[in-house]
Amino acid sequence: MNALAARRRHPAVLTVLLLVALVATGCAYAAFAPKPAQAATADADQVAQGKKLFQANCATCHGLNGEGTKTGTGDQIAGPPLAGVGAAAVDFQVGTGRMPMAAPGVQAAQGVKGAQFTQTQIDQLAAYVASLGPGPAIPAAADYDYSNADAAKGGELFRVNCAMCHNFAGSGGALTRGKYAPSLATVSPKHIYEILNTGSQAMPVFNDTNLSPDSKREIIAYIKTIHTEPSPGGLKLGSMGPVSEGLFAWVFGLALLIGFAVWLGNKSA
Amino acid sequence: MTTSAARPADGLRAGDVPASPPPSAGSKKLGGVAGWVDDRTGAAGGVGYLMKKVFPDHWSFMLGEIAMYSMIVCLLSGVFLTFWFVPSAGEVVYHGSYAPLQGVTMSDAYASTVHISFDIRGGLIIRQIHHWAALMFIVAVSAHMFRVFFTGAFRKPREINWVIGCILSMLAIVEGFAGYSLPDDLLSGTGLRAAEGFMQSAPIIGSYLAYFVFDGPFPGEAIIPRLYSVHVLLIPAILIGLFTAHIVLVALQKHTQFPGPGRTNDNVVGYPVMPVYAAKAGGFFFIVFGAIALMAALVQINPIWAYGPYDPSPVTAGSQPDWYMGFADGALRITPNWFEFDILGFTLSLNIALGALLLIPVMYGVAMAYPFVERWITGDTREHHLLDRPRNAPTRTALGMWALTTYGVFMFAAGNDIIAIKFGMSINDITHFFQFGLFILPLIAFWATRRICLSLQRHDREKVLHGRESGTIIRTAQGGYFERHSGLDPYEQWTLVQHEPVAPIELEPAVDENGVARPAARKDRLRARLSHFYFRDVVNPVTPSELAAAHHDGQQHEAIEAQALSHSIEADPESASGSMHVEEGSEPEPTGGHGH
Ligand code: HEC
Ligand code: HEC
Ligand code: HEM
Repeated sequence: MNALAARRRHPAVLTVLLLVALVATGCAYAAFAPKPAQAATADADQVAQGKKLFQANCATCHGLNGEGTKTGTGDQIAGPPLAGVGAAAVDFQVGTGRMPMAAPGVQAAQGVKGAQFTQTQIDQLAAYVASLGPGPAIPAAADYDYSNADAAKGGELFRVNCAMCHNFAGSGGALTRGKYAPSLATVSPKHIYEILNTGSQAMPVFNDTNLSPDSKREIIAYIKTIHTEPSPGGLKLGSMGPVSEGLFAWVFGLALLIGFAVWLGNKSA
Repeated sequence: MTTSAARPADGLRAGDVPASPPPSAGSKKLGGVAGWVDDRTGAAGGVGYLMKKVFPDHWSFMLGEIAMYSMIVCLLSGVFLTFWFVPSAGEVVYHGSYAPLQGVTMSDAYASTVHISFDIRGGLIIRQIHHWAALMFIVAVSAHMFRVFFTGAFRKPREINWVIGCILSMLAIVEGFAGYSLPDDLLSGTGLRAAEGFMQSAPIIGSYLAYFVFDGPFPGEAIIPRLYSVHVLLIPAILIGLFTAHIVLVALQKHTQFPGPGRTNDNVVGYPVMPVYAAKAGGFFFIVFGAIALMAALVQINPIWAYGPYDPSPVTAGSQPDWYMGFADGALRITPNWFEFDILGFTLSLNIALGALLLIPVMYGVAMAYPFVERWITGDTREHHLLDRPRNAPTRTALGMWALTTYGVFMFAAGNDIIAIKFGMSINDITHFFQFGLFILPLIAFWATRRICLSLQRHDREKVLHGRESGTIIRTAQGGYFERHSGLDPYEQWTLVQHEPVAPIELEPAVDENGVARPAARKDRLRARLSHFYFRDVVNPVTPSELAAAHHDGQQHEAIEAQALSHSIEADPESASGSMHVEEGSEPEPTGGHGH
């Protein structure tokens, strides 16, 4: 002990201490850091089927092996590389009808026709893409089961994290240059959970450190509550805020009152 | 009961004339309750005067009434709300019946508003009535203002009432904003945050002003109680006072009327207040109340429970003020950011101050000044009790449309994000469209409105001179063809020719007949120029002699038209010839007399 104390002013001490601290932080990080969700190991047959589907439907844009392609003009990406996006991304993108992308535009839109593939095919595609590199897996039903989640907490989280793009009632909002955050009225809980983990285009990723799985379920509970509860005040006018109310006052309210005024004005005594 | 037994002293007064009761203010003795009140207040005179007032009937004259009744509905429903609303920023945890807010921390103000909405019987509909009535109040005030403007009802002697009206309209906006900010929900808090920013953008005093209003840094505890006093006490009191003055002036000056047979500048044709007009107006109050209640029952407004309580960190997409504040918000949205300047280390935020601080006073200032400016330009100092048909004042109508279009650009710009998402457009493109549109669209509106007014006026002239095209083609014995024109009935004709001919003010020579320069020549030159602008291309009504000439020789009226047009300041040769059409044979004399 004495020897140690005697050397405490040794010039190397600072360096040693720094090293020790760094190693400790590194170990602590490795122990506590959120681990990327691992794709469930899929059987080889599913992957093979998925590869076939992929090469027939997706390869034109994403490349034969999901490595991504570039168009002839400049280095604009026709389809991004898919290694590492995870099964959840495929399930979301194909399940909501966004992929295969119908037409290039500012934002790959949710297809009007909905999903183009059966769930079995989507699972095969997902298994194939997951085999290209690890990424968020398709969540289990228990992950997005919101029946016990607190919708009021979800409401607070929603207002802080989501309302600035999706509006207070999840009825959608405009982003720059024609991009938009869509209405959340009809998205399934599974797809909400998935997009939070994978992000999509202008929609940011909310990984488990940003929003714990519990918080995700609370948000899902809130979205589902406000879209299923009856509207206490009557017609919602699209839940777009005061603009639609003002339009209604000018168009409908004024027309109604002037209609009465004309009627009364024409009534002779 | 007193009996008058004879007293000895009575003899002294034997010859007196019995005193007659003093005449009351009303010339005839009233009985019953009216008499009782009159004996004590002398009100009969004033009331009788009001009751005998005659009001003309026209739907557009009821816009002001709609405003008045919506305001009353606001006052009544507002009193109901004060019973439960708690104007305090104190923190509470919600435990009411609305599940998605259970356990959420919020202010007293917000909690009490949610409480009114869900736990007070009839609370939600009263809240919705109050808010819809507020929107309809300002919609109706605006529509009423348009009516007054486009018919020239603001002309002498009603300029003061126009100014009062403008102040009313401005106060109504402030009142609405104060009310909108009370519930302390996410949108109202965002609005207040914006308002704080607006105050801070005032040069030099900005931050002091914001501190003063909010009694410290934003949001603080003071703003909600303060807004509450302003909303339920201060502004309503001023509104009611001004509005009473407004109505009394209407009664004293008599209501204007649209021109028509038998209606002159010196009479009013209509029904007296008692009983007809009062019955109609009273009934109309209930109609307006009913219509607003209907809207409130069917359509949700300001769902504060969905917005959530205010918290300075979140903002929602589609954060907008109520429509009447929209124009100021829109002005902010389209002002380019490079309007912010750094001068000697001080920041001058014109990008905010222009739209948020300057726009409202400038807009209302221009509106209030208009009657006086127009009077100066036209040199018309007479009293007007007959309204203008908008087409007969083309430049005024066009200026009005110019102003409305400017306002409209501002207002729609406030909805740029909603337009973007609803029509799938880029918000950047929409904003640019409005930025250019602000300068271009009003000019187009001005130009188009004037052309349309002038065309309508020419059409009126033509109708008076030719009568109406009957569609019957007549073949003459010589083989020529002409279309028979049926004469106008004299009532209709009157409406088309009653207005006064106008002409621009001519400049007096800059030197008088003795060669001495006139000192005011510069101002006069400006005035003459404006007057020429105002009366350019003027189309005057058909004169009796023109009409007589047209009727006695059917071939001549094109010549008369051409001549009349060439008299106007800058005759437009194209439209002069364009309005002609070949016609042969003479028309039958109209049966009616001449307009003049
Ligand atoms: C017409 C071209 C096109 C086709 C076909 C297409 N994609 Fe895409 N895909 C894109 C583009 C562009 C993007 C990037 C924009 C986006 O994220 O939506 C994308 C994105 C994706 C993503 C999200 C990547 C990420 O970073 O999260 C996935 C997953 C995906 N595609 C899967 C597929 C699958 C599976 C198919 C076939 C069923 C398919 N795509 C077909 C163009 C295409
Ligand atoms: C920066 C803006 C932004 C924020 C913040 C944001 N989103 Fe999104 N969100 C988007 C955009 C843009 C899309 C469309 C993505 C696409 O089509 O690929 C989207 C799509 C979605 C979808 C898919 C909708 C559909 O119809 O398939 C869901 C679900 C969603 N968001 C939920 C959320 C939730 C929950 C939050 C808050 C935790 C959130 N978003 C926060 C921008 C945002
Ligand atoms: C609180 C809001 C207001 C109420 C309740 C109100 C009510 C009325 C009513 C009932 C009348 C008589 C009938 C009519 O012409 O419509 C009237 C007349 C008038 N109002 Fe208003 N008004 C309001 C605001 C305004 C505004 C904003 C203006 C214009 C800036 C205005 C200008 C006038 C003028 C000039 C008259 C006399 C017009 C005439 O005699 O034809 N008023 N008002």
